[in-house]
Amino acid sequence: MTAETTAAPAAPVLDPGAEAARATAAILHDTLHGAERGVVVDSPPGAGKSTLVVRAALELAEAGRPLMVVAQTNAQVDDLVLRLAEKNPDLPVGRLHSSDADPYDKALDGLENVRTSAKAADLAGQAVVLSTAAKWAHVKVDEPWRHAIVDEAYQMRSDSLLAVAGLFERALFVGDPGQLDPFATVGSEQWAGLSHDPSASAVTTLLAHNPTLPQHRLPVSWRLPASAAPLVSDAFYPYTPFRSGTGHGDRRLAFSVASDGSGPDQVIDEAARSGWGLLELPPRHTPRTDPEAVRAVASVVRRLLDRRGAATSERAPEPVLLTADRVAVGTAHRDQAAAIRAALADVGVTEVTVDTANRLQGREYDVTVVLHPLSGRPDATAFHLETGRLCVLASRHRHACVVVCRAGVDELLDDYPSTEPVQLGTPVKFPDGWEANHAVLAHLAEHRVPWRP
Amino acid sequence: MPAKALDARALAALAANPGCRRRAILDGAGVDKASLASALGSPSVFGQSQFALTRGNAFEARVKADGGAELLRLVHERLDRGAEPPAAGAHVPDLSATGPEGRAARTALALREATTGSAGTPGGPGAWTLLDHPMLALDVAGSPAFLEPDAVVVHPDGSWTVVEIKSFPMLDGSADPAKVGAAARQAAVYVLALERVAARLDPAPRVRDRVLLVCPKDFSNLPTASAVDVRRQRAVTGRQLARLTRIEDIADALPDGVCFSPELPAEELTAAVEAVPATYAPECLSACELAFHCRARSREAGAVTALGRPVRAELGGMSTVEEVLAAARGEAGDPDDPAVAALRRAARLRAEALAAAGAGTREAAVCP
Amino acid sequence: MSLITTLARLEAVRTGRAQPAATVRHRHLSDRPLVFVPLITAGEAGAPLGALVGTDRDAPRLLVVPQPRDRDLRFAFLAELAGVVLPHIEAYADSVEPAERTETDPETGKRVKVEVDLCADAAQLIVPSRAGVDFVRLLGRSMRFRRTTEQDPETPHPAPPRVPLLGRWLTHYGERARVPGSSLLLAMTDLLGRHWATGQSTLEDQHLGALLAWIAPGDEGPTGAEAARRAELARDADGQLLCPPAGPATDPAFDNKLLAPAIERYDRARTALAAAEDGVEADDRLGAVTAAEREVRALVESRTRPTWDAVWRGLDLLRELPAGAHVEDRWTRDRWSFTSHRDRVLAGEPPQPRRDDAVTAANKLATREREQARLEAQEALDDPLVMAGRRLAGEAFAGEVIDVVMAYSESKRPSPRPLVTVRTDDRPHLGERVKVHRSLGGRPQAAEFVAQEDEGVLVLRIVDRMGRGKEPEAGSVPEKGDRVCFTLFEHEQRGGAKLPDPEGTPWTHGGPPGETAAVPEAADAQTEEDVL
Repeated sequence: MTAETTAAPAAPVLDPGAEAARATAAILHDTLHGAERGVVVDSPPGAGKSTLVVRAALELAEAGRPLMVVAQTNAQVDDLVLRLAEKNPDLPVGRLHSSDADPYDKALDGLENVRTSAKAADLAGQAVVLSTAAKWAHVKVDEPWRHAIVDEAYQMRSDSLLAVAGLFERALFVGDPGQLDPFATVGSEQWAGLSHDPSASAVTTLLAHNPTLPQHRLPVSWRLPASAAPLVSDAFYPYTPFRSGTGHGDRRLAFSVASDGSGPDQVIDEAARSGWGLLELPPRHTPRTDPEAVRAVASVVRRLLDRRGAATSERAPEPVLLTADRVAVGTAHRDQAAAIRAALADVGVTEVTVDTANRLQGREYDVTVVLHPLSGRPDATAFHLETGRLCVLASRHRHACVVVCRAGVDELLDDYPSTEPVQLGTPVKFPDGWEANHAVLAHLAEHRVPWRP
Repeated sequence: MPAKALDARALAALAANPGCRRRAILDGAGVDKASLASALGSPSVFGQSQFALTRGNAFEARVKADGGAELLRLVHERLDRGAEPPAAGAHVPDLSATGPEGRAARTALALREATTGSAGTPGGPGAWTLLDHPMLALDVAGSPAFLEPDAVVVHPDGSWTVVEIKSFPMLDGSADPAKVGAAARQAAVYVLALERVAARLDPAPRVRDRVLLVCPKDFSNLPTASAVDVRRQRAVTGRQLARLTRIEDIADALPDGVCFSPELPAEELTAAVEAVPATYAPECLSACELAFHCRARSREAGAVTALGRPVRAELGGMSTVEEVLAAARGEAGDPDDPAVAALRRAARLRAEALAAAGAGTREAAVCP
Repeated sequence: MSLITTLARLEAVRTGRAQPAATVRHRHLSDRPLVFVPLITAGEAGAPLGALVGTDRDAPRLLVVPQPRDRDLRFAFLAELAGVVLPHIEAYADSVEPAERTETDPETGKRVKVEVDLCADAAQLIVPSRAGVDFVRLLGRSMRFRRTTEQDPETPHPAPPRVPLLGRWLTHYGERARVPGSSLLLAMTDLLGRHWATGQSTLEDQHLGALLAWIAPGDEGPTGAEAARRAELARDADGQLLCPPAGPATDPAFDNKLLAPAIERYDRARTALAAAEDGVEADDRLGAVTAAEREVRALVESRTRPTWDAVWRGLDLLRELPAGAHVEDRWTRDRWSFTSHRDRVLAGEPPQPRRDDAVTAANKLATREREQARLEAQEALDDPLVMAGRRLAGEAFAGEVIDVVMAYSESKRPSPRPLVTVRTDDRPHLGERVKVHRSLGGRPQAAEFVAQEDEGVLVLRIVDRMGRGKEPEAGSVPEKGDRVCFTLFEHEQRGGAKLPDPEGTPWTHGGPPGETAAVPEAADAQTEEDVL
């Protein structure tokens, strides 16, 4: 998302379903019948990106246009294959994979119309062929595909698009501009400001060269509850706001075991009531795997499961038991995730997902517990202030998000030296991580519960 | 001792180490840190070469020659192509007056005339106006700071643009990012100050958040320019300025009678300076006059941050060299603290590797 | 910064001496490096003031621009520089050996081996600091588009004949310096900083004098910290730094107090000479000009010579370290790079463009990322201290083999897949079926993680490099009691995907360059007062 993006003109207030349907119809129209070679769709967290990709794929296939789909990871490709097969089991789908061991999800072998191969030639004639950008880069064709869908296009690097763009004539680019940006392992400053900077995101380059391409956005998050959408939208999508698909009363979280008055129970109740909870530990500089914070996260998770939560939502008429697979823990670093997994194992919890922001991208849970990236740190760094990281962590939940953090992060942010270099010609990235962090903290402060074992 | 007025460079430098209370209070109180540093025996090393100065002045004069025709052309081309191109001989109001207050008042008046005066008159609305070295006042921690941007341009639509003229080159369209960053922070202070002036007008004119940075092109002394978006720098500086007003709180915590006059004996002065805590980091060396003093104190105290801010990241609560080394040697620290445990593992791995290599080097030395 | 490096720095603080950050030398050092110590005029990044250059530590060549704003004097400097640098480069370019390279046959599209020349060695350029590397790049940029009279008889300010060629070579060196692990152009501060950890910050390590003070403060002299402080700040009675900055920027006190008056005297002498009315007067005044010039030369030498000596002292220190095993391999890549530039020059190709096109930029980025991964892997394999850092980070583990059980793959022709149990104190980040690698006779052998049996007891399955037979070849499977070290990172880098040719740039990246790209780039516009 860049500063150049401006908010769309105010539309008449529609109900979220109708608003989303209108956006989807416009996207599909431009994709199938538009004159431009590309269509860009911004999708905020939980706005139905995968649903859109599957639907567009099916309609393109139905229209008889050979389609290739580019995703960024093997898991994303397999997920799309499974979704396509679920929607239309008769559709001939090709899964192009690498020649490494275990290149794809074994579940694909059970699907009748899905063919898998490491050679693109074997998949000729399939209505849709899916693979990762890395694999597509090695494919050579005489005749390009009529159409492509590029998924997670904001997480794709410009050079990676360069390697595959010759394979298709037209493409639909879909992605979430608020998540983590792609990065390079070496310096790329020398190309900053160039329209084809190879380390920029694929969408940045695409739009720099094709400024007239139609740009759409999915305006409704079906994942984030009414308590979370405004905060996430304001803090991370200031120029492309979105709203929640549900109202304040539509989602409820209730626990059948009463609070024991401890910090974890109080913060769970606060989060169940308001959608957010901040469990604040006393200020202290700690190593990344702060034992107290790790234990606090583990106790919150343990209590979430012990107190037999029931989640009521528009998805089911009856409340659904909050089970371990509906809860996730998010961290900034891998060693933190490992420490929390170990602490959870100590209290007998093994089924809960614990992962870093990078790996939680695109995933969804009922309740998330987040170890704040800046908790206990003696200093903030650009890594910890990256907006995408906080945005991913704060937007994985359907009901509630509990943040565990040491006190003092606001001072840490205020003391952060902001002497970033500025490259001429590169659009300023908004929102700024520093400001977004302040916004999220200010909101969390209203839901603060001090730590008490 | 007369207070040293804060300039935009000093204000922009607040962003370099906003956590340093010593810097905040000395700057807030208008202490001349360069003389203070000399009096403390650790003179600052900032100086300017007369070559750079001459070159900078010559370039600025060239940019502003002919009533600023080239400068206005660049503003039009880079920021406001939709507007009528500036005609030759744009209005350049006389801003001379006595003292900074007078000049600031004169600037405010000129801005108002150019923006809201009667249309059609030279320098009135609908025309381009160039303010050469205007003076802006900004309230900082309760006292006014006077700021002097290189130029401010009033567009025909009444909006205002800050112009920064620098003598580092733009080579093939790019320039040293650290220098551009510093220029952007400095320009952001001017934008803030201009916004205060604008707020007193009705309707308040728009202060553009993209400033014009003018530099020599490639290896020539021809001016070229680039629009720089300073919204981020403006937000950060705005927030830091708001925090500066808390200086009174810091001052309240000081013992009575603390004085930073360079006339004082070095010992007393050192004690006075030490009464305000500093947050030294190596980055200070290129941003603060007191840095060498603070570095010496920080090293004496054995602070690990003297080696760089990132060093602390994995040390948890440990903050001194001795503390860390003792923990690594197993002489101190709680082995259950992950930072201590990691240190000991690191120390063991390092010793093992050096021992293995030591054996190797000796062999190599015997038969080269 | 890894904790191991942090500890080394803290040890340096405690002992007052730099500590090893490497146990072998990780960069190639030429037997005859060309050392270049440039100075510029403050405020004008493009205006050289002078330089020391050469391959003989006792006899550097001093080049000076007595009036940096004078274009003719600047051109004379650049011509003189070309006269030193180009013969040095050309000596290497002329000595070749046969080598093989894989190329894509344009007719068949197949990969074929072709016999080509490879320069037997390449010229190495050493500058004092990173700013020096930037300056080499800037010099290259400023010279490569210059026109000589031979190229364009109409050009208003023709450059001396060999100057554009020097610009192309310096551009190549500056660009190659961005490739991780390359050694064609190196900064002494980077070299020393890679091999020693000082008791100061990496920021302060950019000062060559201070850095050397920590590494070699003298046997009974002050501690590294005191010596470094002296190098940074100590001034003589005249207010001049005892250890002048390694450049290319000079100290403002030097500019204002010594250099500016000297240049002014030189200007006055020249003006007077120009105004001379007869031969006798001119002879006298020429003498004054020569004297004034000598004075500026002496000043430039006084500021560059300490740095020159420091660079050579740094080279001495580095030569005491044995070269890492893979250093030669990376230097061969530098030789290929050197050779390919030589070939481009010989083929009469135009100078490197001002900006990379999309395909060139993407190819460069891919190469650099691959070289970065290669460098990280090779440094760890060559140096136990680097490997220790990777082990601490959970990216490698070392331990003892405590059990080996023979097993076979489940296929028609079963291959050996022995299970090896390793006991380690390290804590690698292992997940299910994660691949690990060890070095077997300099070649990587892969295994996969099977299970963790106990705290620190890992079971691995070896999957390759055991020969074609049913029984593994002798020595290809670790034995009980062996010390082994496995890494989670790969030892060798695969080539990336082939990108389209620049003419095949897709629409997403602006499409083919078309006609405009075929036109050679224009020279820079020149003005009366420009620099370089």
